[in-house]
Amino acid sequence: MTTQHAITVLGHDRPGIIAETTGVLADLGLNLEDSTMTRLRGHFAMTLVCAGDVPAEEVRRALTPLTADGSLTVTVREIAPEQAPTTEGTSWVLTVHGGDRPGIVSAVVGEVAAVGGNITDLTTRLAGELYLLVAEIDLPADTDVEGVDAAIQAAATALGVGATLRPVEADEL
Amino acid sequence: MSGPDGSDSPDDELVSGWTEASLRVEGRVLEVVRAPRPVLSTLGEVVDPSAPATVQLAADLVATMRVSPGCVGLAAPQVGVSARVFCVDVSAHPKTRTQHGTFVLCNAEVVEASRNEKAREGCMSVPDFTGDVKRATRVVVRGQLPGTGQEVVISTDAFEARALQHEIDHCSGLLFLDRAAGAHAIHPRKTYL
Repeated sequence: MTTQHAITVLGHDRPGIIAETTGVLADLGLNLEDSTMTRLRGHFAMTLVCAGDVPAEEVRRALTPLTADGSLTVTVREIAPEQAPTTEGTSWVLTVHGGDRPGIVSAVVGEVAAVGGNITDLTTRLAGELYLLVAEIDLPADTDVEGVDAAIQAAATALGVGATLRPVEADEL
Repeated sequence: MSGPDGSDSPDDELVSGWTEASLRVEGRVLEVVRAPRPVLSTLGEVVDPSAPATVQLAADLVATMRVSPGCVGLAAPQVGVSARVFCVDVSAHPKTRTQHGTFVLCNAEVVEASRNEKAREGCMSVPDFTGDVKRATRVVVRGQLPGTGQEVVISTDAFEARALQHEIDHCSGLLFLDRAAGAHAIHPRKTYL
């Protein structure tokens, strides 16, 4: 079975980080599979999974030049392949926004976790005073969705923010 | 069925009254191909709507759409043929407003489009992803009917408008992936038990 590596690159953003990182991986013969990159309060943040029979130590060594000036941190870890999870449940998008204060995310997603809901994608952003959370959630098939929605609303209201739970609908064409 | 402005042009009526029986050939069920097959990313050839091969293709598209659960449209590149031909039938879909039943258009193009809306789309040729795509909710589309080759201009809205734009894109070698609204607009499809 092919080895998979989980790689993170974090730090000061500048043009060329992705080109350099993926160039090193391609030179090692590694295949870039899933990846995501964004900027978090201006910091570069990339997580990727690549496959190929190269020891983690060798990948780490090859990526060392990226970290030479101290502006970026790179981690490389060998991981076991995961089966794509199946779900019997339903998919939802949760949006929460309002005035920034500590504890918004933990209070709201706590209600999701309490019913065994699984967050499959999450973004939070702070801009000025406005705090925003957008999450994609799988709820188990037997979930009382109205009950979860009410619990989320109550948690949000207690924090002075608003929450909306909408079904994810994809139109087949 | 009346058009989005409540009226119906003769072309709208003609298309609404069209059925695959007018093709007078038996449609065959073809295999639906999946990305990354190159034909899905190739600009489709303009066709002669009266040519026997086009008429057969039109019948095959309808037959293949009919046996595919939930399928509301199918374009020639999806059955491996690089041609500007597609069929649609959104009559059973809950988001449909204006609709023209089952029909096939050749060499179709969007001539007017307005009122964009973003929605999440899936496609039989891209089964592992869905994507958020902005499309017009009102369109005027010009094309030719297979067999007679008659040119028609139809007006529609809502889900039929989205389906027509999706199929016309296929005929131009474009997938919904090419219209992704942003870097986080493409989602892995959930695998349901």
